[in-house]
Amino acid sequence: MLNVGALREGYVLDHIKAGKAMTIYHDLKLDKLDCTVAIIKNARSNKMGKKDIIKVECPIEDLDLDILGFIDHNITVNIIKDEKIVQKKDLRLPKQVVNVIRCKNPRCITSIEQGLDQVFVLADEEKEIYRCKYCEEKYSGHRNK
Amino acid sequence: MRHLMSPLDLSTEELEKLLDLASDIEKNPKKYAHVCDDKRLATLFYEPSTRTRLSFEAAMMNLGGKVLGFSSADSSSASKGESVADTIRVVSCYADICAMRHPKEGAPLVASLASNIPVINAGDGGHQHPTQTLTDLLTIRSLHGRLDNLTIGLCGDLKFGRTVHSLIEALVRYQNVKFILISPEELRIPSYIREDVLKRNNIEFQEVERLEDAIPDLDILYMTRVQKERFFNEEDYVRMKDFYILDKAKLELAKEDMYILHPLPRVNEIAVEVDSDPRAAYFKQAQYGVYVRMALILTLLEVELPC
Repeated sequence: MLNVGALREGYVLDHIKAGKAMTIYHDLKLDKLDCTVAIIKNARSNKMGKKDIIKVECPIEDLDLDILGFIDHNITVNIIKDEKIVQKKDLRLPKQVVNVIRCKNPRCITSIEQGLDQVFVLADEEKEIYRCKYCEEKYSGHRNK
Repeated sequence: MRHLMSPLDLSTEELEKLLDLASDIEKNPKKYAHVCDDKRLATLFYEPSTRTRLSFEAAMMNLGGKVLGFSSADSSSASKGESVADTIRVVSCYADICAMRHPKEGAPLVASLASNIPVINAGDGGHQHPTQTLTDLLTIRSLHGRLDNLTIGLCGDLKFGRTVHSLIEALVRYQNVKFILISPEELRIPSYIREDVLKRNNIEFQEVERLEDAIPDLDILYMTRVQKERFFNEEDYVRMKDFYILDKAKLELAKEDMYILHPLPRVNEIAVEVDSDPRAAYFKQAQYGVYVRMALILTLLEVELPC
């Protein structure tokens, strides 16, 4: 196992689909945080063959993990405190995601009013369908799968 | 405070109450002639719509209220770049309730989130037009005395026609409603209505192409216009526009109490000769549109009703 140094407090995001770590890095806005981030690409995995891992050293309340559930709820989130895993967080599809994806419906009010938040609401949990809060257009882009 | 964005915002119980009120207004219009004497309705129409706007204005006037507003984006501050949210904040200072039509989908919802007064969606692009659905439901209930145990034929442009989609969504909540969907192959209902609304609710439906085959079984025939603006090329539109023409000959195949509805305006899809048939209910439907909007205004304003 590759060792990038122990975390005192923060997160280890494991089982990220290989090649997707940088997307998640940006989606979690880690570039905006003044903290140590380690990105491990193409690590060997028994379960997945290859996987990416992100380690983030930051106070545990600093990160909004709801978005991860939207991107890929198979990612494992380990919460670290005092260099120990104190919790493994199950990811769920968030009820809504704000300013993560954009509505592509040219008839949607968000297409002309740029100041509006881009809000998508979970319309069907079983089929994992999100719809724009305003025009109800189904989100048809890729999440991260 | 409540707004109306979609017909499904109202539960079937609330809907029944609203339709009861509309029916009482129809029977006793004088009783309601001054209940909104001190109220104002703002009609914010960012795109032209004669029928819906006049229907709202007539509704408020029938209640004794006053009306202000604009009938195109050019004559509003939207042309100066004002946001919908800012416009409604200002209008909230001038009026007690607002009806908004906007070419962009979701604009009335944006308004409702910033508003201090009830907002009624009077049509937002191809998305929702709840007061048309309420009109259709009141018309059907007034003519047949019920909203359950009916076979409803929907004919024409079922792909782009939002009134059809909303009506299906509203009617699947009632017992034993069956649909016969009559359209050319190219204008069939979208798959989300077929899968997520009809099949998911175990609703009996058929999709057919010939109106003559379907008409004998129907309690309601809801005709729609093929809208030119929905087509990218003229050729397709010309091929589709006269696909269905309801005339007296076809009407002879129908039941004595099969009423014909149409959201209007009609073009060629209902021959003028049908207008004199007692089953032609589309102009009556326009009248019901006023009653249901009156009931809606009263409900959202929470006006104390006369005994």
